[in-house]
Amino acid sequence: MLYFARWKILTILAVCLAGLIFALPNVLPRSVLDSLPDAVPSDQVRLGLDLQGGAHLLLELDVEEVYLDRLETVRDDVRDVLRGQTPSIGYTALRVVDGAVVVRIRDQAEMDTALSRIRGLIGTVDTGMAGIGGGPDLEVSVEESTLVRIVMTEAAQEQRAANTVAQAITVLRRRIDALGTLDPTIQRQGSDRILVQVPGLRDVAGLKQIITETAKMTFHLVDVGVSPQDIAAGNVPPSGMVVPSQDGYNQQYVVEKRALVTGESLVDAFPTTDQGGQPAVGFRFDGAGAKKFGDVTTANVGRPFAIVLDGKVISAPVIQSPILGGNGIITGNFTFESANNLAILLRAGALPASLVIVEERTVGPDLGQDSIEAGEVAAVVGFVSVIAFMAIYYARFGIFAALALVVNLVLIVGALSALGATLTLPGIAGIVLTMGMAVDANVLVFERIREELANGKSPVNAIDTGYQRAFGTIIDANVTTLIAAAILFQLGSGPVRGFAVTLGIGIITSVFTAVMLTRLMVALWVRRARPKTLAI
Amino acid sequence: MAWFHRSGKIPHIPFMRFARAFFLASGLLVIASIGAVATIGLNFGIDFQGGTMIEIGFEEPADLGAVREVMGGLGLGEVQVQEFGNANDVLIRVAEQPGGDAAQQAVVTEVRAALGERFGEGVSYRRVEVVGPKVGDELVFDGVLAVVVAVIAMLFYIWLRFDTQFGVGAVASLTHDVILTLGIFSVFQLEFGLPIVAALLTILGYSINDTVVVYDRIRENLRKYKKMDLPELIDLSINETLSRTLVTSGTTLLALLALFYFGGPVIHNFVFAMIFGIVIGTYSSIFIASPTLKYLGVRRDWSGEGAGKTTKGASA
Repeated sequence: MLYFARWKILTILAVCLAGLIFALPNVLPRSVLDSLPDAVPSDQVRLGLDLQGGAHLLLELDVEEVYLDRLETVRDDVRDVLRGQTPSIGYTALRVVDGAVVVRIRDQAEMDTALSRIRGLIGTVDTGMAGIGGGPDLEVSVEESTLVRIVMTEAAQEQRAANTVAQAITVLRRRIDALGTLDPTIQRQGSDRILVQVPGLRDVAGLKQIITETAKMTFHLVDVGVSPQDIAAGNVPPSGMVVPSQDGYNQQYVVEKRALVTGESLVDAFPTTDQGGQPAVGFRFDGAGAKKFGDVTTANVGRPFAIVLDGKVISAPVIQSPILGGNGIITGNFTFESANNLAILLRAGALPASLVIVEERTVGPDLGQDSIEAGEVAAVVGFVSVIAFMAIYYARFGIFAALALVVNLVLIVGALSALGATLTLPGIAGIVLTMGMAVDANVLVFERIREELANGKSPVNAIDTGYQRAFGTIIDANVTTLIAAAILFQLGSGPVRGFAVTLGIGIITSVFTAVMLTRLMVALWVRRARPKTLAI
Repeated sequence: MAWFHRSGKIPHIPFMRFARAFFLASGLLVIASIGAVATIGLNFGIDFQGGTMIEIGFEEPADLGAVREVMGGLGLGEVQVQEFGNANDVLIRVAEQPGGDAAQQAVVTEVRAALGERFGEGVSYRRVEVVGPKVGDELVFDGVLAVVVAVIAMLFYIWLRFDTQFGVGAVASLTHDVILTLGIFSVFQLEFGLPIVAALLTILGYSINDTVVVYDRIRENLRKYKKMDLPELIDLSINETLSRTLVTSGTTLLALLALFYFGGPVIHNFVFAMIFGIVIGTYSSIFIASPTLKYLGVRRDWSGEGAGKTTKGASA
């Protein structure tokens, strides 16, 4: 075990050197790093949100709402094919209930025609592979001879949820980018969740608001013929709907259900002020939207129209004159900040469904800094005491082990930088823990050498046998810990995952340094010094 | 050079003679731990229970009474207010609110508004964690799953490398370690959160690592001393590996103590679990994992694979 081929020595040194090169950027100032050529690694260890401060938000999509949306479209389609085609077919009780569209066909004799028209609505699930392998998106069944029941297939539900999540991510990215924060992470988690991580953020409340607001904007004509008494009594015409006002004075408007124009026609929105200098939001429609808006306002001068955002009326100005250019401003109870936020939301577009925050972890920058400092102190104290102990207890061999421990630390930092792994506070704990455990492989070897010396073997022989015998044990012992680290990584989340990463990397580097590097140092020393006795 | 030079002599501590007493003691502690978890229960953090945790910092030592007063006025049910790490920092815990995920979010807004009204700009938000009911349930499931899968995977490896009896001994000692750690968290009512699950898994890894080292030596000695009594052979193996066990536990504890005293309050419980686990893991490989072999017996003939006679240890 004490003989090293030249290529092996070179490989060991190359690994150590690579570790050093990848670790180095962490101690160099940013200005030096920026001036380095591209080929030189300049990535620093990425700090987790718990260390640099920031927000971690887990959002969940309301899938039921998404399915309901789709089923309502199906209901309208069913109405169209039954009533709109000739001959029209009589039906009753067409509605969405319990996750299905149900309809009763009046005349049993028309069932076959009705069914074939409804079945005509069945499409295929888009699998993203040019229609290959996509099953039907709807399932039509008949109950009690004339009751037709239409449900979404599981594949269709999944695909719709996936599409909605993807759309939501696009909208969220536009919104969060508009905040101008540094590299946010927005990624999908599971089938219906989105993880948003924004490092170094101070205004978490603002972020939360901008994320969860659906920002679905529509313009409706107000039905001025309905009095508040009528609303209270529930006397609202079928074409109208009651919408509360946003200002919180319990004022309610009755507006036409049909929207004149929707937020989808917006091409731009920006914060501005009205004639009185109050904050307002300016907007611009696209060509089609502008024309429609122009037509409606021309025909309805003198009537109020309501600007509805997420089911609430922001304002309901009276149309003074036709608005033809497609430009306008929304006034309301805005502050400069809320006007700016609304403009961001309108520019980014509406979320396809509502999102709920199911988990929030935010860390202020001060706590992050405190944690980094605490972690650094702990690491230094732990490192120094372990090194001192080894040097005292194993003399020369302890110093070899201590040197290996330094290299080990460099390799861990290098590996973290090169892999782009995230360092968290538990991750620092993992590194400190590895420092304690990293010497284990060395200890196994050194104790074995002591035993062999006690058995009367010569120093060189004892060292050789010691390494040989301890090797199997080292592998067995570390594989089991590596298993624990791997499972932590697989099943853990956030900070725990950071711990698993450093623990796993630490195990691998510590075995390398103990089995290869310390052995190389011992071998070189033995070859040169040819010791007659061994102090270990 | 060697200030601390040792002879390399192997101690002769008759561990197996005390095996029964330690088995009994451990058994009692396991029962006590299960009893504690069953009656007192664990002080689950918001990771598992859902709820809200807010750490706030003041410029000067915090007036806990005033914070309690503000929090009490909000009518949020069970609220804990305590000093955290130093006199300026306060940790507020609010139990999960009825009404799903949105209700938990409302708590943060309310608390911020109320604290802002009372303390103005003097209060800074160091940390806010909100875990909704659904995520809490999932984290419990994932945590339990992680521990179970880890135990099974490590046992599979032991079974692959050793024999069934060794596997049983390892299970016994791992179960022992997990239950006692849970017990101590229950008795002292330390907060049990996601990081503690990570600590548990690390303890398992460390404990099995320790057990494997002793087992390796037992297996080696089984090959070497074909006629030696099993308890004697186990004793010899433990004694031979004893100094390694102590040195490794010692250095690991050194590192952990540094974390415990200097690592900051956020990871205090996490490090405490780890320290306790290292001590208990070291103990269990000597007094639980090894004696199990004595009682179950092991295959004596390791020269060939398979066919071999299992002998039980002589009377204790």
